[in-house]
Amino acid sequence: MSRSPVFLARASYRQRRLRDAIRALPVLGGVLCLIPLLWPHAGAEAQRTSSAIIYLFVVWTLLIVLAAVLSRLVRPDPAPDATEDA
Amino acid sequence: MLTFNLLVVISLAYVAFLFTIAFAAERRAARGQDAWLRSPLIYTLSLSIYCTAWTFYGAVGYAARSGLEYLTIYLGPTIVVIGWWWVVRKLVRIGRAQRITSVADLISSRFGKSTALGVLVTLIAVVAATPYIALQLQSVTLSFAVFADGTGTSWGEGELNAAALAVAAGLVLFTILFGTRNLDANERHHGVVMAIAAEAVIKLCALVTVGIFVVWGIAGGPAQTLALIDASPISAWTQSGSRWVGLTFVSGAAFLCLPRMFQVLVVENSDERHLATASWAFPLYLMVMSLFVVPIAVVGLNLMPAGSNPDLFVLTVPLSQGHEGLAVFSFLGGFSSATSMVIVATIALSTMVSNHIVVPLWLSSQRQGAMMSGDVRAVVLLSRRLSIAGVLGLGYVYYRLSGGGTALAAIGLISFTGAVQILPAMLGGLFWRGATRWGAAAGLTLGFAVWAWSLFLPSFGAGAVIPADVLAHGPWGIGWLRPQAMFGIVGMDPVVHAVFWSMLVNAGAFFVGSVLTFPTPMERLQGAQFVNVFEHSTGTRAWAQSAAEAEDLLIMSQRILGPSEAQAIFQREAARQGKVGYLPDVTPGFVDLLERELAGSVGAATAHAMIGQLIEGASVSVEDLIRVADEAAQILEYSNRLEAKSAEQDRTARALRDANEKLTALSIQKDAFLSQISHELRTPMTSIRSFSEILRDGGMEAVDQEKYAGIIHAEALRLTRLLDDLLDLSVLENGQVTLNVETGSLRDLIDRAVSAAGLRADGIRIARRKSDEAVPLTTDLDRLTQVFINLIANAQKYCTAAQPELRIVVQRSAGGTTVDFIDNGAGIEARSQQVIFEKFSRLADHGKAGGAGLGLAICREIMARLGGTIAYLPGQGGAAFRVTLPKAEALAAE
Amino acid sequence: MGKRVLLIEDEPNIIEAISFILSRDGWTVHTHANGETANDRVRATPPDVVILDVMLPGKSGFDILRDLRADAATVQLPVLMLTARGQTRDRDEAMRLGANRFMTKPFSNAEVLEAVRALARPMTET
Repeated sequence: MSRSPVFLARASYRQRRLRDAIRALPVLGGVLCLIPLLWPHAGAEAQRTSSAIIYLFVVWTLLIVLAAVLSRLVRPDPAPDATEDA
Repeated sequence: MLTFNLLVVISLAYVAFLFTIAFAAERRAARGQDAWLRSPLIYTLSLSIYCTAWTFYGAVGYAARSGLEYLTIYLGPTIVVIGWWWVVRKLVRIGRAQRITSVADLISSRFGKSTALGVLVTLIAVVAATPYIALQLQSVTLSFAVFADGTGTSWGEGELNAAALAVAAGLVLFTILFGTRNLDANERHHGVVMAIAAEAVIKLCALVTVGIFVVWGIAGGPAQTLALIDASPISAWTQSGSRWVGLTFVSGAAFLCLPRMFQVLVVENSDERHLATASWAFPLYLMVMSLFVVPIAVVGLNLMPAGSNPDLFVLTVPLSQGHEGLAVFSFLGGFSSATSMVIVATIALSTMVSNHIVVPLWLSSQRQGAMMSGDVRAVVLLSRRLSIAGVLGLGYVYYRLSGGGTALAAIGLISFTGAVQILPAMLGGLFWRGATRWGAAAGLTLGFAVWAWSLFLPSFGAGAVIPADVLAHGPWGIGWLRPQAMFGIVGMDPVVHAVFWSMLVNAGAFFVGSVLTFPTPMERLQGAQFVNVFEHSTGTRAWAQSAAEAEDLLIMSQRILGPSEAQAIFQREAARQGKVGYLPDVTPGFVDLLERELAGSVGAATAHAMIGQLIEGASVSVEDLIRVADEAAQILEYSNRLEAKSAEQDRTARALRDANEKLTALSIQKDAFLSQISHELRTPMTSIRSFSEILRDGGMEAVDQEKYAGIIHAEALRLTRLLDDLLDLSVLENGQVTLNVETGSLRDLIDRAVSAAGLRADGIRIARRKSDEAVPLTTDLDRLTQVFINLIANAQKYCTAAQPELRIVVQRSAGGTTVDFIDNGAGIEARSQQVIFEKFSRLADHGKAGGAGLGLAICREIMARLGGTIAYLPGQGGAAFRVTLPKAEALAAE
Repeated sequence: MGKRVLLIEDEPNIIEAISFILSRDGWTVHTHANGETANDRVRATPPDVVILDVMLPGKSGFDILRDLRADAATVQLPVLMLTARGQTRDRDEAMRLGANRFMTKPFSNAEVLEAVRALARPMTET
């Protein structure tokens, strides 16, 4: 028995999970962006605007980095040329 | 202080710079050097038209008024783009597979190529874009006014309006010049995209430069800036949760639905893989754009006198510090933001207006078979140009009506909420096979109505469109219809209120309407194609057997796609079927392909209607629908493989059948060959023998004697010519000919052929464009001239028009140089086109022509020896021959 | 004699030659060059003899002959067929359709004259 099918299956399995990760990314982003809403608005523990700015831009950067890494790893499925497929 | 006139000069110089960039890009693309024009970087930069003047000026104003809320406008698209695998990827794939031209085309195409839905979406898009375009005009006008103020001349309303009008007119001109050069919306607008990419860089640099100046130049560093922020009026984080969520949703949805975003995201996309890069690079761009917004707002609030417009801080802060250069740079950034948005938005909207409203109206106003006679291209281009002017005109009117004093962000949100009404139909169409056109129409109409009632009409101000009384108490006192408190929910933020109700009503009506109605076969086909776009790589056929003639289809396609493109498509298909020439068999697959190509120019609904007029009653049948069923997916996979094989067999069979037909025709001809030769030889000999006997008998007048001797002479020459031709042909056919290769110009060659063809003064008129003929050639010039003489002489002999005309058209393309000889006579019927290049295949009417029917056979042999081709070009109105010059020789001489 | 010959032929020089030969012999020669309208022409002004070429524009000489023989008025009309193709198949076809004489181009003038004279004499052998 050749071992290559096992190897291929593993690779395509990786690809599928990568796609799942890309699909999950916007959900993560959405949740992270909503978190500041849960912060206390008034009183002694009220967060300052500068903390909110720093938090949001850090989240933003994190999302960009994750998207960059994932988009490099994932293999887009081959696009058929629209004019040739009939 | 910088004079105002200098600023105008700088703006004009900037526009000239953009022209240069756009022009250079088009030139490069035309020469095929467009690899870097199709890079992911350019794609990402073109997406940045999301950041308009609203971002450049408005975001700072927004932050000064409402703190961090401005971020929602950029977080929404960020989430959509990093989630590209969900929606954007599918949109782009469908856009390419179906040759989608606009968001209206997408909806129309998905729901059975419905013309009505196309109109509806177009109307919504135009109305929703109007405030947005007004916003851009307002911001550019205000920024001019800032500089005018600086020079001491405070602008009144008159000057502002005049400036807005001038800006609108300038944008109309630029957009028409670069946006309506190509007809096919799927053919990308390289010039425009390049100019927009340049503007994207400039606006980013300008905003970042101002930001750096503010943080390090004024505030004294990041730490001090953060301290300033906390000390400022916007320090308390008191964000309304509903606005935060609502606006993030609206901006994310608008990113997909706005016609201009759809244009750059889907229509101008040249490669799906660019999405992977854009998925992180575009959010990065948005983040950098947003980074310095709060610092600028805070510093502006500190520095500027109370009551100054925070929308203009990006300009006024540097000006107040005496940094005029920076202010001008910033002005150019804002100018870029506004112009790039307006240009792309008007291109997208004008495509929609012309494809979904003007062209269908024009077609229905023409009688049956209109597409065979009128010039569709001219109509489409004209309607696009008028629409561009119309859309900008509407923007200007809105600017005047709304008074030009509203905060930029508020205007932008009105527009976003309107555009987002397309979302349910779009997403439903993309992911739900059960969505129907009635559902889509109901959702779009009701959602649009709620938006107009609760947000758009009130935006003109209380009492302007909706009377103040109605605003406060509802129409006819019906409280639950109050525009800003529908269904009795009082106290909601107006924008969130409008988003909430319009989306709820829209999506609800869409769902209920879809569930209650039944889709047409075409809708089900398109639904399956859209929802399963990644599985169905081979299209399901929308056309069954067709009765259309290939030549009719070609004539129609030429009118829409232009002759060279249409001919290329037909030639490619014919070659794929294993046939020679320009007329493939009209298979359902070919009709589908053709329809998609046409859809790229005039939209799916119109293309479908036009093809439908030629192919009578051959649309989808129930049997075709069986293939749509889900279960068929696996069978499809299997049958695809079979199809590949049988396609090969088809091709062979077709080639064999053609060869057989040709052989049969040939053998009949071969049989006829001897009797033809006999006829051609004996006819002149008859005259010669007869008249020589008459002369021998004698006893006639000298005049007659001379005349009859002349006849004998002429007939002897005719015999000689015939023998020469036969000999020539046999030499050419046996390949014994030696070529005498020389260098010369095509123009001289055609000149020579025209004068040698012996045209009578009252005969055929020759129409040429000598400027096109400056093509150097290295080939056997005499032989090539012989071919041209033959074609010109043929046109002279056979063209039956009352005022015969022969057009000689020279075209140069990557594939080589072609010379077309097109007359305005009756042309040659399709069944004869196959045989005209055969020996003695003179068609009917022999005596008149005086030739033996060897001319075209000789031409074909000569072209084959020279390494070029000659072919009959159907669908040109008259008889038309295309000579393709030997490529290698033409290139070598360049 | 003043008898009338209708020459249905499309080569101008051959028309000229035959017209000359026959006119010299006293015939009135009418000519017609179009195959399509040839039958109408015969019916309109019936000649004494028809000289019919095979290869004509619009309608072949064989077809014209077939129609002439199908029409009671012209079923007896003497027809001399000319052809430049010179194949026996053409001769057989012409005879089968009811041509009175068949000649191959190039012909001698005397031959044509003799044939026309013979055809114009009633009740002679065909």
